Amino acid sequence: MPFIPHTEDDIQSMLATIGVDTIDDLFDEIDPSLRDVSLDTIPARASEQAVTRLMGERAARDAGGLCFIGAGAYEHHIPAAVWELTTRGEFYSAYTPYQPEASQGTLQVVYEYQTMMTGLTGMDVANASLYDGASALAEAVLMAVRANRKSKASRILMPASVHPFYRQVAHNICANQGITFEAIDYDRTTGRIDTHALERWAGEDVTALVIPQPNFFGVLEEVDTLTDWAQSNGALAIGVVNPLSLAVLKEPGRWGTGEGADIVVGEGQPLGAPLASGGPYFGILCCRKKHVRQMPGRVVGRTQDMDGRNGYVLTLQPREQHIRRSKATSNICTNQGLLVTAATIHMSLLGAQGLENTAATCIANTRSLVAKLTEIDGVESVFDGTAFHETVLRLPADAGAVLNILAERGVFGGLALADFYDGLDNTVLVCATETKTEADLDIYAQALRAVLAEQAEAA
Amino acid sequence: MTEKLIFEYSRPGRRALAQAPAEAPAIDDIPAALRRESPVGLPQASEMDVVRHYTRLSQLNFSIDTHFYPLGSCTMKHNPRACNTLASLPGFLNRHPLAPTSHGQGLLACLYELQEMLTAVTGMEAVSLTPMAGAQGEFTGVAMIKAYHESRGDSARDEILVPDAAHGTNPATAVMCGCKVVEIPTDADGDVDTAALRDAVSERTAGIMLTNPSTLGVFEQDILEIAEIVHGAGGLLYYDGANLNAILGKVRPGDMGFDVIHMNLHKTFSTPHGGGGPGSGAVGVGKRLRDFMPIPVVGRDGEGDGATYRWLTEKDIPHTIGRLSAFMGNSGVLLRAYVYARLLGAEGMTRVAEFATLNSNYLMTRLREAGFDLAFPDRRASHEFIVTLKRQKQQLDVSATDVAKRLLDYGFHAPTIYFPLLVPECFLIEPTESESKETLDAFVDAMIAIWDEAKADATTLKNAPVNLPVRRLDEVAAAKNLDLKHDSATAIGA
Repeated sequence: MPFIPHTEDDIQSMLATIGVDTIDDLFDEIDPSLRDVSLDTIPARASEQAVTRLMGERAARDAGGLCFIGAGAYEHHIPAAVWELTTRGEFYSAYTPYQPEASQGTLQVVYEYQTMMTGLTGMDVANASLYDGASALAEAVLMAVRANRKSKASRILMPASVHPFYRQVAHNICANQGITFEAIDYDRTTGRIDTHALERWAGEDVTALVIPQPNFFGVLEEVDTLTDWAQSNGALAIGVVNPLSLAVLKEPGRWGTGEGADIVVGEGQPLGAPLASGGPYFGILCCRKKHVRQMPGRVVGRTQDMDGRNGYVLTLQPREQHIRRSKATSNICTNQGLLVTAATIHMSLLGAQGLENTAATCIANTRSLVAKLTEIDGVESVFDGTAFHETVLRLPADAGAVLNILAERGVFGGLALADFYDGLDNTVLVCATETKTEADLDIYAQALRAVLAEQAEAA
Repeated sequence: MTEKLIFEYSRPGRRALAQAPAEAPAIDDIPAALRRESPVGLPQASEMDVVRHYTRLSQLNFSIDTHFYPLGSCTMKHNPRACNTLASLPGFLNRHPLAPTSHGQGLLACLYELQEMLTAVTGMEAVSLTPMAGAQGEFTGVAMIKAYHESRGDSARDEILVPDAAHGTNPATAVMCGCKVVEIPTDADGDVDTAALRDAVSERTAGIMLTNPSTLGVFEQDILEIAEIVHGAGGLLYYDGANLNAILGKVRPGDMGFDVIHMNLHKTFSTPHGGGGPGSGAVGVGKRLRDFMPIPVVGRDGEGDGATYRWLTEKDIPHTIGRLSAFMGNSGVLLRAYVYARLLGAEGMTRVAEFATLNSNYLMTRLREAGFDLAFPDRRASHEFIVTLKRQKQQLDVSATDVAKRLLDYGFHAPTIYFPLLVPECFLIEPTESESKETLDAFVDAMIAIWDEAKADATTLKNAPVNLPVRRLDEVAAAKNLDLKHDSATAIGA
């Protein structure tokens, strides 16, 4: 029997010990009308060989393509050691470290992760991770409402330059708690938050301002000004960052002229998680020390054992659902332990220099790609604000149609933005990470040139 | 045996050079005001440093692969290797979440079939795979219940009924969805007190959250009556799938009258627990909630070999409660669950429930015969059961914690302790179907040996563990003197 070790002798002897005749007798407390179940539509079991063949065929259908899509998930080289180590059974098949003496491996990894994350973000404290970047933003919003006791309005200023899916997720998770989101428009020239739109809220009761860096368009926001604006208006500053960018960009702990951002979240995927069609990734959440008791999720602390040796435990558990129940800071139970393990190993291997080289190469490749693509007639950059490793381009044709043709020719040319923003028809968000070579960039440029020429001819 | 921190291996100038671009191209166009001034305090280590360090750290863990792990309510069963290997095929691993679905038909076919299998095995109408963990599945369920009532203009329904034995995530979820929690007591047999339930329901009842079998390790005998009471009052029933392993393919939540369920695929469908995640909390819905499912869901156009698959969005499900993750939940976890489901097939799913229940009842009988007290001695065990060490506490001042820590010395992970909260000195034990009779017998032997030790000299237990990398850790000091990160300035050895 698949994954069940019992021999016929075992079964008989166990039933005899229990004092029943059949396994079915063990279900005799259940109403008989419920026990007549048909599973006709579920296939019979397949052998590992057959399933391997099936999955091989299916994976092959999804393989290939030169990917220039970013938009919140980024193709990076992941050192071979990362997942070799992460999938060791002792990490892979362990549970939440509720018995700390038997879980020092997992706990120490998380402590190291928290140290690395506070280093990257310049914040005081990191938690042990949340589900993904989008849900981490939702949790940061809920946290801000708890932490900003002076604000009564539960009002969050949410710039349009934040990832559209993040905005949706934050709304969907927070909507039932009476929190309102006020949209802040972006500047059509720079692609940054429109500070005039922000001024409308000066002097009002604002709970928090969300500050993306880089923003969804890839553009760098004026984080110092925005952080100061938020804090001088009694609002918390919530940063939404790409952790890789912090190898070269100013850390949120130093944003503004005060003590930096209050809460920082981000998608951890660029640190060692494969693209994998969207998950599992992990959500980063860091904050200043004064907010630590409002922080959701698990956190690991260092302590000592009975003999005075250093060891690690889950701490601050009174915030959590299994202790506080309906008064918990969040219903969250799980963290993304395995992804955090991968990220910690990934950062250990790359080090500060490796991360910086990766980030700078992504920036250089994207600049190079944009230069090649904007040489094509009618292709132009939409915004003039300085970018990190993504840029919005306008095409002289229907972007969705062009991307479909490019995909058929093996180039995933980016994300069309028409569905997400009025006024961004025929625009594409492109990204070239360190995985792309000069030849790859040329392939994209040649393919786009050809497709646009065909489109022009057809028109 | 302990292992120093990775930061303590760090030496200035050391690197694992092969793994990243060799140089940083100039990025002069980024203004200085937006740049980082000092480098990130990450370790500077060689690949071998890193490999050795994390290999050693892994060896400090108990895991399913190394130890019997009878942690109640967590379903620590064997994680078949094929699931990981096949979900990690490059075609799946390297696909961007926003790549066109024309280049994702392999993944989408797997997810569609997984939706169909989970729908059938739970007796629901449809499944959405997007929730990223059990607690997010719970959130999804209650949010859908609220959306349902509101769509009918019945928005005064703001109370969620929760049995007092429920997982902490249940009341926490209800509050996250803007509801009030009403606790329902448990009767002496471990069932929901139906008289109290009748008194609690009203025109304000949005729904009830139930785990069945309950966290007390017994099947709710009055489940059909409970469904009738709650539905009669206009409320809906939410099934917490934490304990689905007990009834998989044997009894279906849809047949019991539940309107929505979440499944912990990391439990019942054997995807890895990973030291605390990733999870996956797929939700199944009945006909009342079908229109409110979270997106994306996988849809199919056409039949047979000509079938194609696509993401269903708000255009297809206009009343959806929306998107709960940036992309498609934990897709990689879903692929592992799919492989597991195919390897089991229909018959194998039913066998999961049967042998989980056989192992649990066998272990319960053996422990009772060895002199341990059961919380519900007159009931069948489900896939798990509760031993109460109240008598041992009174006689020898030995607590559930003491016995748990001593079990670690014997090479067994401890069961869940002090949950559910209503049973004193509680041991919630879940052996799962993948353990052999010999392992269960060895666990009983260890429990007997520990009990003998306690009678001879209770300090043996109070001092436990002694065979682990560290001895008992001071959790009070950890919470009081928060040390949540290493100060690398003082740690870099060179």
